Amino acid sequence: MTFALVVEQILNGLQLGTMLFLMASGLTLVFGVMGLINLAHGSFYMAGAFVTATVTATTGNFWLGLLVGVLAAGVIGIVVELLVIRRLYDRGHLDQVLATFALILIFSEGTYMIYGSSPLFLSVPQELRGSLNLPFGISYSRYRMAIIGMGILVAIGLYLLISRTRLGMQIRAGENDREMIGALGVDIKTLYTLVFALGAALAGLAGSAIGALQSVRVGMGEPVLIMAFVVIVIGGIGSIKGALVGALLVGVVDTLGRIFMPLTLVTFMPPSQAMSIGSAISSMLIYIMMAAILAFRPHGLFGAK
Amino acid sequence: MSEPILRISNLNKAFGALKATQDVSIDLYPGEIHALIGPNGAGKSTIIGQVSGNLAPDSGTIELDGEDITALTVAERARRGLGRSFQISSLADELSVRRNVMMAVQAKQGSPFRFWSPIRTDASLLDPTMAVLERLGLQERAGTVIAELSHGERRQVEMACALALQPKVLLLDEPMAGMGSEGTSRLTGFLEELKKEVPILLIEHDMDAVFRLADRVSVLVSGAVLVHGTADEIRNHPAVREAYLGEETA
Amino acid sequence: MTSLQNRLNPQTLLGGLVPQSREHWINVVLVVGLVGAAVLAHFLGERFYINLASRIAIIAMAAVGLNLALGFGGMVSFGHAAFFGLGGYVAGIAAYHAFNMTPVLGIGFMPEGTTQMLSIWLVTLLVSGLLGLAIGKISLGTSGVYFIMITLAFAQMMYYFANSWPNYGGEDGLPIFLRNELPLVDTNHHLTFFFVAATLLLISLWISQRLMGSRFGAALTMARMNPVRLATSGIDPQPVKLVAFVISAMIAGLAGALYADLNRFVSPSMLSWHFSGELIVIVILGGVGRLYGPLAGAILFVLMETWLGGVTQHWQFWLGLVLLGVVLFARGGLMGFLAGRSKDV
Repeated sequence: MTFALVVEQILNGLQLGTMLFLMASGLTLVFGVMGLINLAHGSFYMAGAFVTATVTATTGNFWLGLLVGVLAAGVIGIVVELLVIRRLYDRGHLDQVLATFALILIFSEGTYMIYGSSPLFLSVPQELRGSLNLPFGISYSRYRMAIIGMGILVAIGLYLLISRTRLGMQIRAGENDREMIGALGVDIKTLYTLVFALGAALAGLAGSAIGALQSVRVGMGEPVLIMAFVVIVIGGIGSIKGALVGALLVGVVDTLGRIFMPLTLVTFMPPSQAMSIGSAISSMLIYIMMAAILAFRPHGLFGAK
Repeated sequence: MSEPILRISNLNKAFGALKATQDVSIDLYPGEIHALIGPNGAGKSTIIGQVSGNLAPDSGTIELDGEDITALTVAERARRGLGRSFQISSLADELSVRRNVMMAVQAKQGSPFRFWSPIRTDASLLDPTMAVLERLGLQERAGTVIAELSHGERRQVEMACALALQPKVLLLDEPMAGMGSEGTSRLTGFLEELKKEVPILLIEHDMDAVFRLADRVSVLVSGAVLVHGTADEIRNHPAVREAYLGEETA
Repeated sequence: MTSLQNRLNPQTLLGGLVPQSREHWINVVLVVGLVGAAVLAHFLGERFYINLASRIAIIAMAAVGLNLALGFGGMVSFGHAAFFGLGGYVAGIAAYHAFNMTPVLGIGFMPEGTTQMLSIWLVTLLVSGLLGLAIGKISLGTSGVYFIMITLAFAQMMYYFANSWPNYGGEDGLPIFLRNELPLVDTNHHLTFFFVAATLLLISLWISQRLMGSRFGAALTMARMNPVRLATSGIDPQPVKLVAFVISAMIAGLAGALYADLNRFVSPSMLSWHFSGELIVIVILGGVGRLYGPLAGAILFVLMETWLGGVTQHWQFWLGLVLLGVVLFARGGLMGFLAGRSKDV
């Protein structure tokens, strides 16, 4: 039982890590290239989930819903960048925090206005229902496995985009020297809009995919957003590689902690107490890990400087 | 000869492949101005940065008044008597001249953790501040916000901040830059007087000022000291004329 | 005045340092207005409005705490709910154990809780100061965006801990059955409780004023404006900022203890990041770095919440738009609008 449980929990951790990577890569890219801290990133996650749920419910086609959800998140990202975000690039972090906090309020309440306060439900597509039989008698949800696979594809895609394409070259130049890319004749405004939209679309993808595992409701993006912050602080702000490593680390540690902390404590205290203390401590685990990493590396694992 | 007040020994600093400081040793004695000259990019400011503690050297030692200060922070060095001015003035632009200088006076008097008595009626802060300002002819500008000062005035405020510390050594990074001929000659006269009180390690591009002020000169090229000597020796040194002065006129 | 007198008079000598009369009068109006409104509500028998005034005073006090770190120290803490909530839980837990007559935290040698506000406040100051020291120490090792995210993350850690720790109500929160007590006065009397809250608010404003006018305040101001200049003068910026952060945490914690007693209830929502965000919003709406800005911001925020919230369920949507407008187009906040540019140079 234990081995199968461990493998299953590690897979769950990887699946959470995948979600976090989709969120964190956008955040870290936007910070690395434009120097912007965006609290409203969770709103794109939420937007992706709501649009996917709505389109899937109307058309009955999950894949169409997913596609429209991701595109919608990207388009909302473009609109937000054009209207608000581009006015914030030369502002201080405090202004960025405030303006994007205001965006959260607008998006959350706006979604309430449109959808009301009851959650939407999205079911797993027919093709991915049921579980997959793995070696050693382990079985694991097809859908969650597909999410992990998608995360791997996105990570490879981002790697290729950044290392092989012209856009990627401009992004790298932007991370190194913001003034220089202007001199290279790159249209910075368009580049910034594209990068922001890419981040928003990735967040939308995460939200759309997770919608089938949880209820789709207002505020669903916030816990994920804060975990994504932990991820990029651990990985080093601005580093995609850091976001990947941080996301997997946070996903696995958080998931395993929640299961195994109470199980460990049960060996030397009564079960009910072990459950409550274990769950309380495991909820703090990733933050303790973050503090420990920062104590040794103030700029994260892969941060510049 | 007396002991040097500031002794820089075998200092090295590299930024990646670029060797910004190569085995630099400089001594500064009481009562003198030691000028550090060299073409742009020779690594003069990098040395000042390492002496003041803003940059950590890769190897080498810095001693102030016989004490090894290589491992100390900027603030600890300042408390031990190292005053400096910056090449690009670094002041609190939103505050008045007086508040900027008062900070140094306050720091000189000890702990910042005095929470209760107001500074605005504190004669023990105001009087020394005004004294320093008067010495630099800035008393009329005491209430002016830094942002409203001219470039030359800002340099003088920096100097006032450094002097308010009553330092044992002054590090001045291009104090004449952008001053105009009248300002330069006034400042030159001021430094001539000042060096009797406090020895100065001076970086300066204005060669007339350097040769008028400096007792000794070190010429820095590509991070290494090309030659040490008195002002006269340097003025007539063929290698210097070729490597540095020649380049200046070209 | 002759020019000699002019030079010798320290007030004139420091011209710009003396608070400008216009801002001074606005401050007086804010305080008198709040107290007057509470007293008026008392005579009209409007308990709701007395409690609203208490709420404003307490939220303003938490914002005064944050202003010390954010406005005067330039430390953008997105985690001050941690201290506010901690203070709330100190009050809640003390009352809970006093009610059940069990030792605090279930640890044998601990006292059996207390219902005395004075003891609760003392403990709150101590524990929120210690938490501030721990969070500040780790967070100040970094700067900029890292600082914002780390303070946020630590507050979230407290939030999730409170949510999952079942002994004190977990996510349901912890009721305080009887409001805690003070010697000589009846804290259950609405107006009396308001005066307790208003007194603590004024004390924290007074402390901020003295701090910022002192040598410490001068060093903190320089640490915000130009840390390199401060270090070059011989003062390390980090310890100065850390002390300001700790004092800021203590004030926010004390406000939290009062807030729990006001509502006779404490829940993880006091620790939520929304509250941290709202505190920042209050400080900014009021005018960042202005002594009475937090009070102005708290009045504006709570009134908007009450009135707009009465008109539309979605008042936060409009709050978002207002806030976005303030950030993008009207910097300086309410105090900047009312009192002009800050003159403290």
